[in-house]
Amino acid sequence: MRFWRTPLDQEKFNAPKGRIFIIVERCKGCSFCVEYCPRGVLQISDQFNKKGYHYPEAIKEDACVDCNLCESICPEFAIYSDRIEEEAVSTSTGADTKQESIAGKEAEGE
Amino acid sequence: MSASPTKTNSDAKVNKATTHPKDRLLRQDRLPHIWCPTCGIGTCVSSFVEAIDEIDLPPEQFAVVSGIGCTGRVAGYVKLDSFHTTHGRAIPFATGLHLTNPKQKVIVFSGDGDLVAIGGNHLIHAARRNMDITVICVNNFIYGMTGGQLAPTTPHTAKTTTSPAGNTEFPFNVPHLVASCGATYVARWTALHVRRLKRAMIEAIMKPGFSLVEVIAPCSTLYARKNRLGSGTDLMQFYHDNCEVQHNANTADVDIGFQNKIIIGKFVDIEKPTFLDRYNKGIG
Amino acid sequence: MSKAPGAVLTGEHFMNGDVAAAEGALAAGCTFFAGYPITPATEVAERMSKRLPDVGGVYIQMEDEIASMCAILGGSWGGRKSMTSTSGPGFSLMQENIGLGIMTETPCVVVNVQRGGPSTGLPTLVAQQDMMQARWGSHGDYEIIALSPNSPQECFNLTIEAFKLSETYRLPVLLMTDEVVGHMTEKVVIPATSKIKQAKRRLTKKKPDKYLAYEHDKDLVPPMAEIGKGYNVHITGLTHDERGYPAVVAPVQKRMVPRLLDKITQNAKAISKFEEINTDDAEVIVLCYGITSRVALKATEMARDKGIKVGFLRLQVVWPFPEWRIRELAAQVKGFVVPEINMGQVVLEVERIVAGQTKTVLVPHPGGEVHDPETIIAGIEEVIK
Repeated sequence: MRFWRTPLDQEKFNAPKGRIFIIVERCKGCSFCVEYCPRGVLQISDQFNKKGYHYPEAIKEDACVDCNLCESICPEFAIYSDRIEEEAVSTSTGADTKQESIAGKEAEGE
Repeated sequence: MSASPTKTNSDAKVNKATTHPKDRLLRQDRLPHIWCPTCGIGTCVSSFVEAIDEIDLPPEQFAVVSGIGCTGRVAGYVKLDSFHTTHGRAIPFATGLHLTNPKQKVIVFSGDGDLVAIGGNHLIHAARRNMDITVICVNNFIYGMTGGQLAPTTPHTAKTTTSPAGNTEFPFNVPHLVASCGATYVARWTALHVRRLKRAMIEAIMKPGFSLVEVIAPCSTLYARKNRLGSGTDLMQFYHDNCEVQHNANTADVDIGFQNKIIIGKFVDIEKPTFLDRYNKGIG
Repeated sequence: MSKAPGAVLTGEHFMNGDVAAAEGALAAGCTFFAGYPITPATEVAERMSKRLPDVGGVYIQMEDEIASMCAILGGSWGGRKSMTSTSGPGFSLMQENIGLGIMTETPCVVVNVQRGGPSTGLPTLVAQQDMMQARWGSHGDYEIIALSPNSPQECFNLTIEAFKLSETYRLPVLLMTDEVVGHMTEKVVIPATSKIKQAKRRLTKKKPDKYLAYEHDKDLVPPMAEIGKGYNVHITGLTHDERGYPAVVAPVQKRMVPRLLDKITQNAKAISKFEEINTDDAEVIVLCYGITSRVALKATEMARDKGIKVGFLRLQVVWPFPEWRIRELAAQVKGFVVPEINMGQVVLEVERIVAGQTKTVLVPHPGGEVHDPETIIAGIEEVIK
């Protein structure tokens, strides 16, 4: 996150972190989630489901802050984010640095 | 046959799931629904389900009534007591349902053609009576289900299958129509403004009296295509770039022109006794 | 402060057919009425608007007949016995949503106080011109139940019967009265509350997770679920499957829609109601209904005095038509005489059933008046000559 100045209590606050889940067979490739994700987490993948629609994939999963906008705006109920409780992206001054999560990378869910 | 997955970015991940947090309020056995890719109706239902979730009442306390048309199919997808009635008649059905069952929150969820054309008379009378129901009017400016014909909400000059040379009529200004008939809550949002739409739905449902939330939603296959406006995603971008929030705007000024600025917001929020308040109290 | 009268005004009254129908509805437990004024049915609405607050009910005057029909369907699903009333022009408007009521299997009662037609016709004068419309008025294939009272007392009694039939068979039931029966004032005896059997709605005993909206019982009628109880009822006018979900395909149509007909035709003998006088030795049967039956009865008495062996059969339930009885009588008699205040409607059903086995003589009237006995006797004589 880029700030024009550093908030004095920045260290106290951690942005939440989320993980995206996709119900692949419901997706119709509309790309609302891709367009309106404020963190640029998603892009349309080359993979497609049984109906031939290209569903999204998370290219910057670590950037997800569980805002749930994709969940709200998806017309197909095909995507949602879940809060990752223990891990938080703590941002330091200006640059986009990421901390490795304490539990390490989660195993890929099915 | 599935294609071998090719990832353009080695960090790209797809966490696959089979159910959605909203599924408990949806008839999952009927998903995926029939609406086109980039149709805005699904997003309206998404906001609606979030609204129901947030209201501190059990799901049995809600009933959804819809008419005929693409939006009319909403009743078939929400896991509540839901009623898919005849064309234009969702509001009188909802009136009967509400009057015999006042404890339930009755929500009419239907399209612009259903509510304002064939259902127009019922709309204005329900507003006039201040019937305690909520109407969510999904306005995609066209008759979608039947293939893209002119609607009384189609902007002037827009092309449809029954106005191939451009619409020579002017559309209804729906907020102005119902406000002038006595509606106590009138708001307009778009399928893009999901959060504010949800909040408007909550306010509309919880408010006693006749509430109407007009939701401007993209129709990709018909309205966008016939007017060469791209897809639903392009229409969403159009809403992004051309909608202006003006709470308490004078409803007379919120007409919609073809590809013009759309004024959105909460226009009317007043207090008035409802039909049942007055009926039960009697005169004198 | 005097107590408001209850639903059942036990006692002897002098009231007209419209008012009696309203009182019959209240006695049957109706607590919701949505209607629109139309001569000669307006008095039903007026009476309901006055009396419903007495019984904790709701009256609403809708903006048109279409809205009235939809409102009573909604009211029925809201859990209350619901009724509307109208006449010919309004009845035409209601057809689409009568169809919705049939398809969704929604119990309710529609009173049609028939008047002269077609179109605006004779608003203040009698006819029986909607009898076939009652049977075929809405689009698609379906069966209907239609009753025909011939007096204010019967308006009271048959309205109660109509509610019972609508709840038993889950469909809109029509009460086809006419302007004379509706506006004539006669003695109506309203019995004690204990003597009136209010029909109970057929509700499912199953829990929501096991309940299927259109899974039927042995009599082909599916039990209803109450809304607001977690059943997540879904009804639709589209062809639907047992869950109530739209299934617009031919196999589902085949499975689900003929049942809407069968549930009436297979129970027709239980639903049907008719009155017979002197049919055992009859050579001619006068088949009639509604106000015409009162004149026809006189005509049969006069004919008997002349030595003609006339029998009298009065339909109280016109649809489903008592085919089996007409067939039995057809084997016995020289012919049927069908007087009706129209140019031939119910007679067509008689002709169809007898299939040329005996004579069928129509005694028509284009509307505006009740028959003279002499014209009916002429019809009787036509059969035996």
